[in-house]
Amino acid sequence: MEGVMAPLIEIEGLALGYEHDGAHVAVLERLDLTITRGEFIAILGASGVGKSTLLRVLIGLAAPSAGALRFDARSDCAMALVFQDARLLPWRRVEANVALGLEKMKLSKAERHIRALDALRGVGLENYAERFPHQLSGGQRQRVALARALAVQPDLLLMDEPFSALDAPTRQRLQDDLLELWRETGKTVLFVTHDIDEAVYLADRVIALGGQPGEVRASITIDVARPRRRADQRLRDIASLVETKLRSE
Amino acid sequence: MKQRLAALLGLALFLGAWELAPLLTPGAHALLPVPSQLPGAFWREFQNGVWLACVGASLSHYLIGLGVGVALGVAAGVATGVLPPLEWMTAWITRILRPIPGLAWIPFAILWFGVEEKAAVFIIAIGVFWIVYFSAHGAIRNVDRDLIEVAAAFGFRTSWEKLVKVQFPASLPGILVGVRTSLGQAWMAVVAAELFGVAGLGQRMNQASSLLATDIVVVYMLTMAALYGLIDMAFIFAQSRLLTWKA
Repeated sequence: MEGVMAPLIEIEGLALGYEHDGAHVAVLERLDLTITRGEFIAILGASGVGKSTLLRVLIGLAAPSAGALRFDARSDCAMALVFQDARLLPWRRVEANVALGLEKMKLSKAERHIRALDALRGVGLENYAERFPHQLSGGQRQRVALARALAVQPDLLLMDEPFSALDAPTRQRLQDDLLELWRETGKTVLFVTHDIDEAVYLADRVIALGGQPGEVRASITIDVARPRRRADQRLRDIASLVETKLRSE
Repeated sequence: MKQRLAALLGLALFLGAWELAPLLTPGAHALLPVPSQLPGAFWREFQNGVWLACVGASLSHYLIGLGVGVALGVAAGVATGVLPPLEWMTAWITRILRPIPGLAWIPFAILWFGVEEKAAVFIIAIGVFWIVYFSAHGAIRNVDRDLIEVAAAFGFRTSWEKLVKVQFPASLPGILVGVRTSLGQAWMAVVAAELFGVAGLGQRMNQASSLLATDIVVVYMLTMAALYGLIDMAFIFAQSRLLTWKA
């Protein structure tokens, strides 16, 4: 397929900080990252290293103080963000929550309905369209949040520790569902996590952020064929490697 | 069941005590009508059409005053809640005007609108306005920032879009608390506004009391209680329909 290996986004020299008590606190500094179309990238790092900030800059919720973002000229690079907590709008039923991003597009009501239901089907919740968020479990809510992001058919799916608040079995099931959706849709995914095993299991490439301000410590390609097994020794080995990279000062 | 029986018993005891109270003091009948007089008094008022006319007039003052006060209170509370410069600008105006009770405006209401319906509506609306203003302002200010960020992440970046998609629906429960409080407040204002001469329940009560027809006064007191009860029940019903999403 043409353009599969083309970079979707090139991030160059990205920096961001804020003023606190008159002093400048740098969160990110000189961050370079090239994201290839179709790639599943995990961003790994301790809390406070600027992982979430990077996502917020990409989607335009925060402005960088320096650096450049270059998008693939052939697409407008639509993005959608899945937050750590589902952040559904409690007054909207599930379907209306999924349709939130669609309301920004020039779509008829019928088209919105179809696309929202499609997205819900993708996460296995088509029968929950009429429920309210408080009637769902934590895992279901996070699935709805994922459907809400997928409904806008983004080129780049940003995920900010999306499964970290879930119990282990639910987390593993959602990880596998995400991989399945990724395989089907060919989306580019930027997945922020502090869980090394999760990063190594999911991603094509793990970017280890470290330091204060945050910078790229290592970029490790996970050359293990899919579907992967969590207990795979090669994944274990890569995880230990990533851990030493993260620790090294 | 036990609870209901107790409630009925309490009411019966109250009515009984009320019926017997004037017997203790000779000549007290003119001062306090007893419950057994009330059905007859009501029937006379109803038959000559006064009751219906008064209820109609007062209800119209009530609903229009409530509507005007709620609409302006929500609009102003939301606007100052969303736009900080507007809140700073109005901070002292609010501090000066807020403590002035609606009744204190009666002289101006008469000067500006005459002894007319508009004057009653004005006084009712003032009381309602402040209650709803503060509930709307507080509710909008307390909307979860995370939800506003969700709207922004999905492309709703202008203040208006954030208001429509998140802030207003999120603050609706808080706004409705203020509206419900004002349902009762507005009835007090109705009576006060009509005591100075605008036709309605209040005016009729005033006439009746000057003729020592205290049974008629009580008939209208109970009428008001019944109307308030009905309206409050209708409001609770509407609110539960609007807020089905609440757990």
